[in-house]
Amino acid sequence: MTRDSAIEVEALHKRFGEVVALDGLDLIAPEGQVLALLGPNGAGKTTLVRALATLLVPDAGRARVLGIDVVADPLGVRREIGLAGQFAAVDEILTGRENLEMVGMLYHLGRAESARRAREVLERFELTDAADRRTSTYSGGMRRRLDLAATLVGQPRVLFLDEPTTGLDPRGRAQLWDMIRELRREGTTILLTTQYLEEADQLAQLIAVIDQGRIVAEGTAGELKERVGRDRLIVRLADAGRMEDATVALSALADDGPLDAPGECGLSLPMSGPDLPAEVVRALDRARLGIVGLEVRSPTLDDVFFALIGRHVEPEAEQPQEVAA
Amino acid sequence: MISRVPLRDAASDCVVMARRGLIESVRKPALLVFTFIEPVILIVIFRYAFGGAIKVPNGDYANFLMPGILVLTAVFGAIVTGIGLSEDLSKGIVDRLRSLPIARSAVLVGRTLSDLARNAGNVIIIFVVGFLVGFDPNQPITRILAAVLLLLAFAYVFSWISATVGLLVRDPETAQGAGFVWVFPLTFISSAFVPTNTMPPVVQAIADVNPITLCVDAVRALTIGGAATGPVLGTLAWLAGLSLVFIPFAVARYRALQ
Repeated sequence: MTRDSAIEVEALHKRFGEVVALDGLDLIAPEGQVLALLGPNGAGKTTLVRALATLLVPDAGRARVLGIDVVADPLGVRREIGLAGQFAAVDEILTGRENLEMVGMLYHLGRAESARRAREVLERFELTDAADRRTSTYSGGMRRRLDLAATLVGQPRVLFLDEPTTGLDPRGRAQLWDMIRELRREGTTILLTTQYLEEADQLAQLIAVIDQGRIVAEGTAGELKERVGRDRLIVRLADAGRMEDATVALSALADDGPLDAPGECGLSLPMSGPDLPAEVVRALDRARLGIVGLEVRSPTLDDVFFALIGRHVEPEAEQPQEVAA
Repeated sequence: MISRVPLRDAASDCVVMARRGLIESVRKPALLVFTFIEPVILIVIFRYAFGGAIKVPNGDYANFLMPGILVLTAVFGAIVTGIGLSEDLSKGIVDRLRSLPIARSAVLVGRTLSDLARNAGNVIIIFVVGFLVGFDPNQPITRILAAVLLLLAFAYVFSWISATVGLLVRDPETAQGAGFVWVFPLTFISSAFVPTNTMPPVVQAIADVNPITLCVDAVRALTIGGAATGPVLGTLAWLAGLSLVFIPFAVARYRALQ
């Protein structure tokens, strides 16, 4: 079986009653990279992950993981993947070590090898000290780490992480990010879903923006930002009352004239070249207009999202919506 | 090429899951309370509070009551199967298990087997409690062992009914509530606590075909004497019928999980 990609999805459809969760979704993830599936609640992220992890059967379309069809050979897929769902699926009645050893046994590694792998991932995720405590005593961050550790016991080549940092504090999030980067360096293909633009920007080589069950854009963070436009120069004025004078003074420096900078007393111009800041300063000085700030700003992924689907992404705090139907 | 789980691995998966279920039984005090304390409370209530007012055929209420309590112990123990399963479903543990390359039957088989082991423990303990309150089985040991086996078979089949309920409701509290909805009428409209011939004809007709009545009557006959063949065969027929319906139904529900 030949293939170029770790994950190939073609025209995938899935509906739950009236709700269309996946609406002809296409996606390709190259091997050995992190692909972030970025989208708001209810966009279809979890449904896609569950279809790829063989937890649900799509209504139509095809999906393959490492060339293996998820519908035709689910067990073959399960041997290659690790899944960390939206909620840390740790067994609270067991200790951390027992949780991991159980997963090892279920990968049919045998008792000794399961114990060895469990020890190894406990070490790696800094859970050795807590290994023999029941996981009901673990903090949220520890549970997430254990959950991720459990997905690694079987040494999967493809990892699905569904909103891996939802509910974590900033330190826990940073830790998890480091671990994801490390896994990628080791050659694991990772598909992660997130509502956080920053997370996608930080971790992923490729970002696919998902909305209403379809991919509306994909590319590197840089490519997506490119679609929104170049960097812009933000000029903050000392006197809010003289915005119009400033607009006139700078009109020659931008093709369509300067725009009001959103949310602040200032103007924004496309960053047409390295000389632009100096020219702006000179033009405003000639017009005797004071400047309190000058900043070059790159478009954010939020800008991308807004440009693509006409809405801002507002992660709703701690409200996982895409619970399995 | 479709991958399959080799039989050896499948058996190992079931053992791993059963082992986990056993650890859970030992470490969860709530389970102990639910499946063990409850029958003990019923023994105390019926033996000492109501028992004096209940007239039974040969006059010894402890001997009449204990077979009923033993069957209830088996049924209460079976309810736990559905509660545990729905708990695993609601916490995402079943998702994790379904994403692993394990035999699909392992989750249900493992859990029902570990519940069977726990129920065996409960039945033995309740037997002992029975002796303490005056239960005096006078039958040969082979018949008493047959009674225990019948109780365990009963518990096992009811675990599958309970598993089906758990898979349908997917929420531990609802599973517990739903457990009682079917268990309570079934246990009280039976010969567990009172002879059915004291009931109005319609109710008696229902009680007499109730699998709990048949099993209680069978256990009574096997422990304190009486004609065992009829109720034993009746119970086995029920168990065969219920297995044929509920085991495939539970398996189908599990496979249809999304």
